[in-house]
Amino acid sequence: MIAIINTGCANINSVRFAFERLGVTPEVITAPEKLARFERAILPGVGHANVAMKRLNEQGWAEAIADYQRPLMGICLGMQLLCESTEEGDIPCLGRIPGKVELLETNELTAPHMGWNNLRVVKPHALTTGLSEQDQVYFVHSFAHTINQSTLVSGEYGQAFSAIVANDNYAGMQFHPERSGKVGAQLLQNFINWQL
Amino acid sequence: MLSKRIIPCLDVKDGQVVKGVKFQGHEVVGDILDLAQRYSEAGADELVFYEISASVEKRLLDVNWVAEIARHINIPFCVAGGIKSVADAARVLEQGADKISINSPAIARPELIKELHDEFGKQCVVVGVDSFYDKQTQEYLVYQLTGDPNAASRTRYKTQEWVKRVQDLGAGEIVLNCMNQDGVRNGYDIAQLSAIRALCKVPLIASGGAGSMQDFVDVFKQTNVDGALAASVFHKGVIEIPKLKQFLINNDVAARQ
Repeated sequence: MIAIINTGCANINSVRFAFERLGVTPEVITAPEKLARFERAILPGVGHANVAMKRLNEQGWAEAIADYQRPLMGICLGMQLLCESTEEGDIPCLGRIPGKVELLETNELTAPHMGWNNLRVVKPHALTTGLSEQDQVYFVHSFAHTINQSTLVSGEYGQAFSAIVANDNYAGMQFHPERSGKVGAQLLQNFINWQL
Repeated sequence: MLSKRIIPCLDVKDGQVVKGVKFQGHEVVGDILDLAQRYSEAGADELVFYEISASVEKRLLDVNWVAEIARHINIPFCVAGGIKSVADAARVLEQGADKISINSPAIARPELIKELHDEFGKQCVVVGVDSFYDKQTQEYLVYQLTGDPNAASRTRYKTQEWVKRVQDLGAGEIVLNCMNQDGVRNGYDIAQLSAIRALCKVPLIASGGAGSMQDFVDVFKQTNVDGALAASVFHKGVIEIPKLKQFLINNDVAARQ
């Protein structure tokens, strides 16, 4: 059973529907003490890091997520919140994935980075199964995790950044797999199949 | 490389997709979900739904179909129609829409853009601009309430100044509807889009005038817009999306296949 962590500021429905299209019915949970019962969990996120981090701390999610031993994956802002810190509001985050989230230097390109872009696998992993160089996924973000030892897949827009990261039982996808067509469905299936 | 986005636009009225010419005389094209699924499977990069009568009738769009789209579609989609407040936008986004687009309500109360930006983040906030080229004064002028020919009217804004303003207020994307071109399939308004591109730092989407596959190549190569929106050429089967994508690639335009 998959839990979707609802902090009250994320677009929960599109993630829930994406799993339902794969034949899995996730449960949306609002109480941190419930998390331990689930086999895997998703931390979605849209909006501002400041607001989301505040809610995670106030509602007791920070400890529940730190104690969790099974696969837990953040999506978009959810991924950024699992890292050490973010430049968006200059705040510390959950620290489950090594590395910092910084403003994407897009130079003359339009910002935010919005649209379909390529992926490059730098470290094969259960989460990268079936990915090929032609595959594109849907990104919408202004900040990104700087490439380090946790980076499984990189993306490029003005500069290289982490598109998929993993550390122990924690992982994150910067793009929106729930809105990335067949490629995104494959990546969510990879998460369902991921064994520690 | 970031792909140029191909965005079918579905004008919604009374629960069905409709299409008019130059924003007037609407005819029914088909069912919302059927068309959305067809375009999604054909390789559309994103979908935009405008409930065209909502602003004119001073009400929020019907959110029931938004949830149905979110349930079945696995590409991003944007929804517009009578969103006048943060509460309205929340209702639409809760159903699973990825972005909301505002047009006439932003003209009535520009601070709405900032409020939406602060609550949901820049990436959610699209501002649609209906721009009309006045041949006599040779100016681009912003119009409002274009969903109904009887209600449509000129605003006090020139297009350039309005585009700058909405960016300052926090718009994350701008869709520029060039009204003179709408539905007539004579090609996108290259001159106007180039002028706006020069002052638009956020993603800019071209709208109005697509008639042939070459029109898409021209707008991407000559104006560097991020996406191109079209309705009638897709609804009437004049252009098939997979062929269009291949044509773009053959002409060195980055496209997703």
